[in-house]
Amino acid sequence: MIVGQQKPLEEIMKLLGDAKKVLVVGCGTCVTVCFAGGEKEVGILASELRMKSRLDGSPVDVDEVTVQRQCEWEYIDPLAERLKGYDVILSLACGIGVQAMNERFAGTVTLPGLNTTFLGLPEEQGVWEERCQACGDCILGITAGICPIARCSKQLLNGPCGGSQRGVCEVNPETDCAWQLIWDRAVQLGRTEELMEVQPPKNWSKSRDGGPRKIVREDLRLVTESD
Amino acid sequence: MAEEREIGASAQNDTDGGLQHGYKSGSNLERMLRAGHFAATAELGPPQSADPEVIRNKARFLKGVVDAVNITDNQTAIVRMSSIGAGVLAMGEGLEPIIQMTCRDRNRLAIQADLLGAYALGARNLLCLTGDHQSFGNHPTAKNVHDLDSLQLVRMVKDLRDEGRFQCGDEVKGLPPRFFIGAASNPFGDPFDFRPYRLAKKVAAGADFCQTQLIYDMPRFREFMKRVVDMGLHEKVYILAGVGPLKSAGAARYMRDKVPGMIVQEEYVQRMEAAVASIPKEDKKGRRVAWQEAGIKICIEQILEVREIPGVAGVHIMAIEWEEAVRPIVEGAGLAPRPQVGDSSLRSE
Repeated sequence: MIVGQQKPLEEIMKLLGDAKKVLVVGCGTCVTVCFAGGEKEVGILASELRMKSRLDGSPVDVDEVTVQRQCEWEYIDPLAERLKGYDVILSLACGIGVQAMNERFAGTVTLPGLNTTFLGLPEEQGVWEERCQACGDCILGITAGICPIARCSKQLLNGPCGGSQRGVCEVNPETDCAWQLIWDRAVQLGRTEELMEVQPPKNWSKSRDGGPRKIVREDLRLVTESD
Repeated sequence: MAEEREIGASAQNDTDGGLQHGYKSGSNLERMLRAGHFAATAELGPPQSADPEVIRNKARFLKGVVDAVNITDNQTAIVRMSSIGAGVLAMGEGLEPIIQMTCRDRNRLAIQADLLGAYALGARNLLCLTGDHQSFGNHPTAKNVHDLDSLQLVRMVKDLRDEGRFQCGDEVKGLPPRFFIGAASNPFGDPFDFRPYRLAKKVAAGADFCQTQLIYDMPRFREFMKRVVDMGLHEKVYILAGVGPLKSAGAARYMRDKVPGMIVQEEYVQRMEAAVASIPKEDKKGRRVAWQEAGIKICIEQILEVREIPGVAGVHIMAIEWEEAVRPIVEGAGLAPRPQVGDSSLRSE
């Protein structure tokens, strides 16, 4: 899932500027699951904004709404009427939701209240870790099911750098060395041979480096080119 | 033993005047190793400034003392004079540089462009490295590149030399850069069992020589070399054991506790502590001199030790910001004077 983290209140206040009427819009999908931008977090943030703005001597009128998914037109289109009368919209969705709102409601400013942090999973309650960088060319089939693009600080494809020691990354002792994990799993599976092959340079054009990516599935489109 | 190795043979090089006898690059380091001499390299760290005098001064301590000198590339992710720029200055002082190139700061376009330039300026040795993470340096908010890893870099440099092709497959339009290709190996990193295989991969990718991380755990290095020799890798790549003089007991403890990928056995810490045991703390100069003497002595012993380990073709002496120490170490280890191996191709083309 997409994991996000709320921006500091100070930064949000600064972004809001002199807006007097704000609608906080939450999202009921990924950011709800990671406790960053669901209905509950929208409620807490809205209260904080009301209190802080009152303490600062210029009270802001803050309302709340949460939609099922901010990244799909069918869920945000019904908001059209609801947005009227607000100076700005503060979205607690990921960056996709924030942009969907700006795109759909071009006359209204939607600001981000979250930092979209990574694609990952909850390791345990309250702990999330990155697992995928959406590089566009999955290599999990040759890396014992553990992704060095997302989990190695240097995105190495041919084994660990010299800084791997006692299972942790040189950058942060709290971070597992991806290549230690890969090696251990390959040993466990009896598939270390796979790691002996020299992997050629990665085709980064399939990643963000190729520019914004797009998928067109003609078999799924309602209106096709031939129409 | 070394003469039997056909590491350097490459028929196509015969067309190049500077690369007779099948040398890959014709560098002094390559000739030295091909001739079977126990090689000695050192390290020269460029300054955090544009001052050429720093390089010239350091070079004076190393000239004639070692076969080639590594010029670091933004070492520990701190911005310094470029390795190529400093390398050219070092050549002007009569040193043969080993240009270090990390994958951290450049993508495949920038690296290849710099390699063309470095070769055109006379550089003949290249050490291919991943690079320390930028979070350790003075620009921790920088974006890192890692378009290639060090192994892919080795392969790219080999293809430029042996195939005359850029990474994309296009032909080099004219003289290709022909480097003697180096790689690094860290026997003290984990997973230990993978380390010899990682070296094997670097050899398969095209590494001609390899310099190891600083050795302060001789038993582990011996075990690493045993595995390397069992795999026959020493027949395919020249392995230079990394050694370096400790500057103080504090430096030994720092490396033991704080530097990722290093193992420092207690023995070394204790010897450095013992070196100043009878000198009062107030006598800073006395302690410094005692530490330096002990550091150099230990380093000499280590060289004598690694020289006896099968598969070791030379030493890489890392006297970081202490270039003066290299001469006494080389002399103390009986490696001076350096053998001469005919006309170096340095700047001969």
